[in-house]
Amino acid sequence: MATKDAIRKTGIELLGDAFALCKAESRRAVAPFVTAGDPDSKSTSAILESICAAGATCCELGVPYSDPIADGPVIQASYTRALNAGMTLAKMFEVVAAFSKSHSMPVLAIASDSLIFRNGIETFVKRGQESGLAGFVVPDLPLEESDDLDTQCRLAGLALVRLVTPTTPPERAREIARRSTGFLYCVSVAGVTGERTALPENLIERIQWLREESEVPIVVGFGISTAEQAKEVAAVADGVIVGSAVVRCVEKAHGVKSTSDAAGDFVRELVEQCRFN
Amino acid sequence: MPSVPAEIVDQKLSAVPDDFGRFGCFGGRYVPETLSAALDQLEMAYNEAIADPKFISELEGLFAAFVGRPTPLLFARRLTEKARGAQIYFKREDLSHTGAHKINNTLGQALLAIRMGKRRIIAETGAGQHGVATATACARFGLECVVYMGSEDVRRQSPNVRTMKLMGAEVRPVESGSRTLRDAINEAMRDWMASVETTHYIIGSVVGPHPFPRIVRDFQSVIGHETIDCCKSLFGRLPDTVVACVGGGSNAAGMFYPFIDYPEVRLVGVEAGGRSSDDGEHAAPLTYGTPGILHGSLSYVLQDADGQTADVHSVSAGLDYPGVGPEHSFWRDSGRVAYTSVTDAAALDAFDMVAQQEGVLPALETSHALAWAVDAASKMRPEEVLVVCMSGRGDKDAAEIARLRGHE
Repeated sequence: MATKDAIRKTGIELLGDAFALCKAESRRAVAPFVTAGDPDSKSTSAILESICAAGATCCELGVPYSDPIADGPVIQASYTRALNAGMTLAKMFEVVAAFSKSHSMPVLAIASDSLIFRNGIETFVKRGQESGLAGFVVPDLPLEESDDLDTQCRLAGLALVRLVTPTTPPERAREIARRSTGFLYCVSVAGVTGERTALPENLIERIQWLREESEVPIVVGFGISTAEQAKEVAAVADGVIVGSAVVRCVEKAHGVKSTSDAAGDFVRELVEQCRFN
Repeated sequence: MPSVPAEIVDQKLSAVPDDFGRFGCFGGRYVPETLSAALDQLEMAYNEAIADPKFISELEGLFAAFVGRPTPLLFARRLTEKARGAQIYFKREDLSHTGAHKINNTLGQALLAIRMGKRRIIAETGAGQHGVATATACARFGLECVVYMGSEDVRRQSPNVRTMKLMGAEVRPVESGSRTLRDAINEAMRDWMASVETTHYIIGSVVGPHPFPRIVRDFQSVIGHETIDCCKSLFGRLPDTVVACVGGGSNAAGMFYPFIDYPEVRLVGVEAGGRSSDDGEHAAPLTYGTPGILHGSLSYVLQDADGQTADVHSVSAGLDYPGVGPEHSFWRDSGRVAYTSVTDAAALDAFDMVAQQEGVLPALETSHALAWAVDAASKMRPEEVLVVCMSGRGDKDAAEIARLRGHE
């Protein structure tokens, strides 16, 4: 629950606290991905509440975009549903503002650079900061193009979480790790987001190598769809991101039962599997 | 609003892109990290290839014997008489093997793929001309070929779908979004995200992340170079005006680039004006758009205030795209190239006029440039020369035009 202290903290500090608490309790971070506005803003607010209560460390809030080239069919379809239902950036920031007023769970926006550039980098970061976002993950913004956003995020105390992938050469991975704030997003597979039945063979070694090279926590995402896979990865990483599986869970529940209960139950299971004591 | 940085002003306008793929402030590389290494590899392979005389001579050999280059410059006698102004000439890219300029790029990129040891090729296509040209290059070199095509385009450009399949390519219809070129590019990019270590993506226009806009422009520049050579021998000088249609903008980039440092030559790009200037009714980002990021580069884009890509419309599948190559944005803002747009109706009229008065069936894409050219020629002097890039042939459009006119 919120304290005066938590409200005054920067996004980077909030994330730092969240990861420190996990460590103190011998847990690994669980970061569910939720599409903002799928099926509508009200549901998203309720889902944030329920995953927070279920013990999520932080939330990755997917900002719907019309042309998400890094996303597989499940997240693409959720973006299309949200946009068709009238989701906008303004509504997304409202959802975050309402949530962060009374909760300390950090919320990161996953947003295409197309949206950030169109709004103006400074404006976008300011809107994020004012709403209480902890930071950004920008899946289509490589190191070379990121200086301006990096500067604005540092000024605002917001995290700019960067991604390393299986195709990133070691030297480049070190540089990306060095410049990532909040945590480092380790993409498990070369490909788009989506559930996969098996994790890549060399993933464990990659995570171990990255942990030695990085000063920020390593959180692994893409392809983790079950509590068992989360446990396997969490054994060596600092946390896991579960995206398409959460989105699909919400999609299946919609119109049948409470989407927030469904998401909360799934996240509780993930959190349970990521305890190591 | 982005403008041309001061350091570019003193340089030749042709001295772009820089090492970061920037054309002034446009271009760049806005892609997921997964693709970064492959784009670096491509850039290195391209730089090595163009310094390798064997690569150049192989490509030139293919241009001559496989494509049928150089393509001729045809005097459009009856159109010129009708316009009662400038002399109109067609640069006959429609006579290229596979019926459009697209083959220039696909052969070059297929050779690059082979140099990089990649034997699987993916491509997107709108009108199907790039898909056919890619399938053709792949057949020639024994490469596996998968072409993504919006299902709406599969329907309206079905002759090209058949041709691709005959060449051994797999055509994957794309059902997402507006089911047109933009969605086909999204899907090709997603395939590439997962297959990048063994697959080369032959992008079909001067769009996408660096180094694609440069590579495609360079391979297509043979169009402009031949036009210069031909005009010099025919007229002893350069043409006065050069016109090309602009969707992504590859035929225009290839035609214009060799002329860029000759300011006396007026260059005009014609976009798809669609049904009207209302949002969603056209596909003219240089005319109505704003700077934004789409498909890996910064350029003029049709998008809403949040940055969501807008819906677009054009009667021509090859121009039905909300973005445009970054170098065109650079040329637009520098004032070197003038961009305008022509409606569906005017393009269809030009299609008929050129078919019936010159015996050349132009692609619907090209018909946009032709509509502007005939009108512009009438306001020019008889000693002036106007060259239109006849970017492709129109056989593929015959059935769709019949359908639009209600006699299927």
